[in-house]
Amino acid sequence: MTDTAPPEVQPKKKGLTRRQKRSLSRGVQYAVFVAAVIAFAVSADWDRLQNQFAQADIAERMFPDVITLALKNTVLYTVTGFAVGLALGMVIALMRLSSVGPYRWLAGIYIEIFRGLPALLIFIFIGVAVPLAFPGTEIIGGTYGKVALALGLVAAAYMAETIRAGIQAVPKGQMEAARSLGFSPARAMISIIIPQAFRIILPPLTNELVLLFKDSSLVLFLGVTLEERELSKYGRDLASQTANSTPILVAGLCYLLVTIPLGFVVRRMEAKAQEAVK
Amino acid sequence: MSRPEIEVRALHKSFGANEVLRGIDLEIGRGEVVCVIGPSGSGKSTLLRCVNLLEEPTKGQVFVGGAELTDPDVDIDAARRRIGMVFQQFNLFPHLTVTENLTLPQRRVLRRDKAAAAKVAAENLARVGLSEKAAAYPSSLSGGQQQRVAIARALAMGPEVMLFDEPTSALDPELVGDVLAVMRMLADEGMTMMVVTHEMTFAREVADRVVFMDGGAIVEDGTPEQVIGNPRHDRTRHFLSRLLDPAMAEVEEETSDQVGKAE
Repeated sequence: MTDTAPPEVQPKKKGLTRRQKRSLSRGVQYAVFVAAVIAFAVSADWDRLQNQFAQADIAERMFPDVITLALKNTVLYTVTGFAVGLALGMVIALMRLSSVGPYRWLAGIYIEIFRGLPALLIFIFIGVAVPLAFPGTEIIGGTYGKVALALGLVAAAYMAETIRAGIQAVPKGQMEAARSLGFSPARAMISIIIPQAFRIILPPLTNELVLLFKDSSLVLFLGVTLEERELSKYGRDLASQTANSTPILVAGLCYLLVTIPLGFVVRRMEAKAQEAVK
Repeated sequence: MSRPEIEVRALHKSFGANEVLRGIDLEIGRGEVVCVIGPSGSGKSTLLRCVNLLEEPTKGQVFVGGAELTDPDVDIDAARRRIGMVFQQFNLFPHLTVTENLTLPQRRVLRRDKAAAAKVAAENLARVGLSEKAAAYPSSLSGGQQQRVAIARALAMGPEVMLFDEPTSALDPELVGDVLAVMRMLADEGMTMMVVTHEMTFAREVADRVVFMDGGAIVEDGTPEQVIGNPRHDRTRHFLSRLLDPAMAEVEEETSDQVGKAE
């Protein structure tokens, strides 16, 4: 106790002071953490874990295919899906902002449906239902086309809302200035409003890219050839072949190889945008 | 007098039940500088925005350069090319440099080629004294500089009429002078100008006519000497005394006569 004779007007509190409470609480939190780590380290079967997840020779055998084939396909599926989603999302966002009622309703219905359905269901729909319902129709690009379409359909719903919010975040005066200079509404939208909207929505769009990157793993429900396998399918196949989980771990690391830097880029952009506001 | 450059006939504008303009008739001749003054909520900004149809009038007609803008079949984009507009909040395009702010509208709207647009942009930046800011982004400029760029951007389109919507109201007091100097230069060059402003000195010295609006109607219209120097109406006198000597104003009951806020 460092308190020495507090003045009478400040009644001395019973029990712990605020500072003591704070240090006690922190001490307890650290103690729980350390205890949990020790418990895990002691109880885990390290040999078994290493045997299952970190077999160097199995990991080694995965290279370079895990990069040149699996990661490449994952990126390809993601990028094409993103491109389809962005194009479709832009159309839906503009429909949502249209002065024509039916366009607005249609866009609203689309967004509600595709935001509400699991991506997996869309993949199954594209892979199974569409070929059955429309026999003879072939989605261009085979599996690649199907994945781009399925991912694009899902992403478009989210991106449409993001793009709409971005367009609405551009101050009204920008449209007025453009119109008073003689821009037509469409030209003002393309030349003035959308470029500004995209700066605003770049962080959320990048987040969407990360989500798609992970969702591309759903392609495994479409049934793919060996050449079309992406990270998850590739890791799973190898895991069953070798009866070992190391390929799963390696595949997981490959995802993180892309998503962590992307996340970093998003945070950088958000920090920059924050600064620009100030 | 030949046909007026701007002609407003029996103009009415309502926002829902709120009638902001109650029958405005106004003519502005070629080369004339008209300042519109009045208390906030008097409808003066709405009137200005009706002249280039940023606000759609509820009733009445607007002619600019002899063409009726209120005609539903008029090519409004073409008509607006002849009308430059300067906003209170500048409204420069923040994603473009100063030069691009001037060249993009010329290229997209007037279809000028790159070299011609750049030349016109440079000329107009020089006119407002901001040649050295050509490569800067708007965010790095002061408010006064931004407003001068906004004027240059409007001028680069070669307008025959310029509308100013409280162009100095968002500026720090010490930056107002630069913008007014540019506007005075335009007035001296014979530009037809309609200026909504609270700058009485500018109105007195530069304007050919001053229009005082209150309650959505024109109360007084005449030379600056008449309207500012020797107002005939109580409302004008009252407004001017409050504006010229705000420290002397007394607390008053709010009157229901005022039309809702329009600015």
